[in-house]
Amino acid sequence: MNWTTICAFEALPPERGVCALVEGAQVAIFRTYEDEVYALGNLDPFSGAYVLSRGIVGTRLGEPTVASPLHKQVFSLATGRCLDDASVSVPRYAVRVGVGGHVEVSLEQRVEVGV
Amino acid sequence: MTRIVVVGYGPTAHRLVETLASKGFDGTVTVIGEEPRPAYDRVALTSYLSGTTVEDLTYEVPAGVVTRLNTRVTGIDRRAGRVELAGGGSEPYDVLVLATGSAPFVPPVPGAEHAHVYRTIEDLDAIRTAAKDAVEGVVVGGGLLGLEAADALRALGLKTHIVEMSPWLMPRQVDEGGGAVLKSHIEGLGLGVHAGAGVREIVADGDGRVRGLRTPDGTVLDAQVVVFSAGIRPRDELARSCGLEVGPRGGVVVDAGMLTSDPAIYAVGECALAGGMVYGLVGPCNTMAEVAADRITGGSSAFEGADLSTKLKLLGVEVAQFGAMEGALDVTYMDPVAGVYKKLFISDDARTLLGGICVGDASPYTSLRPFVGRELPASPSDLLFSGAGAQLDLPDEAQVCSCNNVCAGDIRTAVADQGATDVPGLKACTRAGTSCGSCVPMLKQLLEKSGVEVSKALCEHFTYSRAELFDIVRVRGITTFSELISRHGHGRGCDICKPAVASILASLHNGHVLEGERAALQDTNDAFLANIQKNGTYSVVPRIPGGEITPDKLIVIGEVARDFGLYTKITGGQRIDLFGARVDQLPAIWQRLVEAGFESGHAYGKALRTVKSCVGSTWCRYGVQDSVGMAIALELRYRGLRSPHKLKSAVSGCARECAEARSKDFGIIATDQGWNLYVGGNGGFKPRHADLLAHDLTTDELIRTIDRFLMFYIRTADRLQRTAAWLESLDGGLDYLREVIMEDSLGICADLDAQMDYHIATYADEWAATLDDPEKLSRFVSFVNAPGVPDPSIVFASERGQIKPVMAR
Ligand code: SRM
Ligand SMILES: Cc1cc2nc3c(=O)[nH]c(=O)nc-3n(C[C@H](O)[C@H](O)[C@H](O)COP(=O)(O)OP(=O)(O)OC[C@H]3O[C@@H](n4cnc5c(N)ncnc54)[C@H](O)[C@@H]3O)c2cc1C
Ligand code: SF4
Ligand code: FES
Repeated sequence: MNWTTICAFEALPPERGVCALVEGAQVAIFRTYEDEVYALGNLDPFSGAYVLSRGIVGTRLGEPTVASPLHKQVFSLATGRCLDDASVSVPRYAVRVGVGGHVEVSLEQRVEVGV
Repeated sequence: MTRIVVVGYGPTAHRLVETLASKGFDGTVTVIGEEPRPAYDRVALTSYLSGTTVEDLTYEVPAGVVTRLNTRVTGIDRRAGRVELAGGGSEPYDVLVLATGSAPFVPPVPGAEHAHVYRTIEDLDAIRTAAKDAVEGVVVGGGLLGLEAADALRALGLKTHIVEMSPWLMPRQVDEGGGAVLKSHIEGLGLGVHAGAGVREIVADGDGRVRGLRTPDGTVLDAQVVVFSAGIRPRDELARSCGLEVGPRGGVVVDAGMLTSDPAIYAVGECALAGGMVYGLVGPCNTMAEVAADRITGGSSAFEGADLSTKLKLLGVEVAQFGAMEGALDVTYMDPVAGVYKKLFISDDARTLLGGICVGDASPYTSLRPFVGRELPASPSDLLFSGAGAQLDLPDEAQVCSCNNVCAGDIRTAVADQGATDVPGLKACTRAGTSCGSCVPMLKQLLEKSGVEVSKALCEHFTYSRAELFDIVRVRGITTFSELISRHGHGRGCDICKPAVASILASLHNGHVLEGERAALQDTNDAFLANIQKNGTYSVVPRIPGGEITPDKLIVIGEVARDFGLYTKITGGQRIDLFGARVDQLPAIWQRLVEAGFESGHAYGKALRTVKSCVGSTWCRYGVQDSVGMAIALELRYRGLRSPHKLKSAVSGCARECAEARSKDFGIIATDQGWNLYVGGNGGFKPRHADLLAHDLTTDELIRTIDRFLMFYIRTADRLQRTAAWLESLDGGLDYLREVIMEDSLGICADLDAQMDYHIATYADEWAATLDDPEKLSRFVSFVNAPGVPDPSIVFASERGQIKPVMAR
């Protein structure tokens, strides 16, 4: 497994997202209120713009979510699935807080939702 | 087992088989229809052109019903008890129901074969195709359907004319006075109206391509698409050919039980002639279907005629007619400037309401239609002038939904016994509101009057409305979202409640929108203090108070735009928008702007936007006050004020109103004596002219009144409710507002004043504060792990000498 170190965990603002460039791919990384970390593709499939990291983080029926800042479609942080349109999803990436409190992302262990 | 065969699968047939199913009918039901699909909502047909899909329009076939689509019935063998099908084959019946509807009437003029009609999905497909290469269109027929068709042609981009034989439009719904008002509305939209005209010929070239329409006086209207909507004729040909009794002007004769002259054959819907009438509206057709289903299953209900009231909104104009169209006495209200015409017909003793006609404002339809045939609830002039009708209590037996024959009592029962708490609930219990939808406002009123708590919950995280949350935050002194949601909500919020709470906290406590936890509540626009664009870049709008700007500052804007390569445009708000900035460029852009003395324009915020001005008395030969000075003073006073929705204002220097102040949330027009204050104006989706709140105010009075107006709105409005909608929903309206903010009837004015004073005293420019704070600035990067790298997905092309975004797909 090939992990890329992104930044210190403390550099992630609580309940917001940041974007990281990982081997040319744009990865949106989110930290929730409970300090859990999730990573999705930054491309908003509805608008075609790379903006998901700038959406509002929240919950829907307990599931952690982000709403696209362009047209507000809500995505599950846990699965990448769009909760407003079951036919759409974004890639979900593996992310962990490694030794020294650094956030690490792996593109390899990329899980396509719905497969 | 009884075998029922239904001929025709339109809305009436659908209601029939649905009713049979709901009554537990245990025989077989076969529906034979010539259209390629089950019945669909013909009333909503036009929405097909604006994107509603065939699937959305099509009704679900009830379980157990056998359908034979794409199949025309060609004859009825009454002796053998079977119907014959096109292409051979037959279907035996014990009971036959004719639901063959009607066909558009096409007058037998030369060239008519090249024209279109407007009844089925296929008709609309054909019109859409023809409109592709057309510039002009003509609709023949200025009735309800004709106007709907004309609106459709207009929406397809055609320059459209309406030709109507009668001397005015919609002769079945309105009288001559109403017709005149309607005509001016429609002409105002750019449609040609030719009333009192007929058709002599459809002009086509050798290939059958339509060129125009010739009227009897020889005039040719150029058109490449002609649609006939000149009435309907019942499809009674099957009945006729098998010897059933039909009316002299068409229609299968039926009795009150919908039975034809053959005791095994019923007829329902638009093909039936019931009580000497053919009904062309879904309401009565549905009732006929229910009566027939009841009779077939052994019941004894009867069809006793129907209310032909109609209300519709065509081409943006409300037109309604209810009850009789004449009476011993009538009272008319007419406002040609506003394009409103309302008329009530009453009995000779002036006590009983007989009917009414409305153009331009259909509110009497909703409030007064249930009173037809009853004693007038108030004087006719009160009912027409003051809108008193909206407050009336309806008797239980008053009909509320004419499409589905639902009375006020049925609605009350649904609320009391079936637990309906909202409009969808009422629709499910009673069917009211499920057809044309014109009774929905009435349903809402009945819900409110029944004391139902209509859910005002903001979202799944808060059961409170915005106004309630505002009070909780204010009274309990709450300062953070976490505190609010842990004590008064559930979960961790969403894109609805977070920005709403952020706005409440900002209205009450001011303070920087990106301070601490608040940063995580903001929509992207507030989070980056700029407006996001389709490609993920942002636009920058510096404040230009009152639209006044020095040449030096103009030059700075030009230089910044040039140096950062931004697209530049003058906005509709008298300022300048710079587009195409990446998040990582925003601080550097603002550094330059702040140094030159600019502040945030809050184009991104639910906050004060602009106070537009006209040039006013300083330069203009007509001006009576300094409108620019006032606009600047107001813009500086209220800048940064966060509110439920954006706030806009304008100041005009005289009654010529060059600043369009009456289209603003608060607008000021100068007078010889002082200032007139108008509130609740709106451009946007639903334009509304502001109402005069107070006149000839001194400058001090003006400012205090606006302070209180704004603070009262901020306290009590719903999320994303502009002042226009807020004012309309305010119980007691403008008079109540005056009492609260000018006479202090609630005793809150001191509080409102103090709140505004606090806002003004604590205002600070958000951008200057952001530039001074490394923590806030650290968020303005494209990539957290590569701060200097620009986002490679952002690509521009050039157009008219400036950039424009290019999307990857
Ligand atoms: C830039 C501008 C168009 C222009 O180039 O002229 C504009 C641009 C936008 N308008 Fe506007 N409106 C602009 C003047 C207007 C006006 C005219 C005016 O203010 O005099 C109106 C009608 C007046 C009114 O609001 O009553 C107007 C009515 C709207 C509406 C409908 C509001 C309504 O109540 O129905 C929206 C949608 C909304 O806010 O929900 C909207 C929304 C928007 C948004 C925010 C849409 C969006 O989410 O992207 C656009 C932001 C673009 C940006 O990045 O700046 N814009 N918009 C104008 C900015 C004026 C300014 O200097 O601040
Ligand atoms: C564009 C439009 C807008 C309208 N708006 C409104 C409105 O706002 N309010 C309102 O009250 N009403 C409105 N109406 C009228 C309403 O749609 C009709 O009253 C309603 O459709 C009548 O239903 P029906 O089933 O009796 O007839 P139809 O809808 O005409 O259905 C009859 C069906 O029988 C089929 N058929 C006929 N003969 C045969 C045969 N021999 N074999 C097999 N099949 C056959 C036809 O193809 C058709 O599918 C509107 C109509 C149109 C066209
Ligand atoms: S509103 Fe009056 S003062 Fe202002 S520019 Fe127009 S005419 Fe002149
Ligand atoms: S009156 Fe048409 S749906 Fe109620």
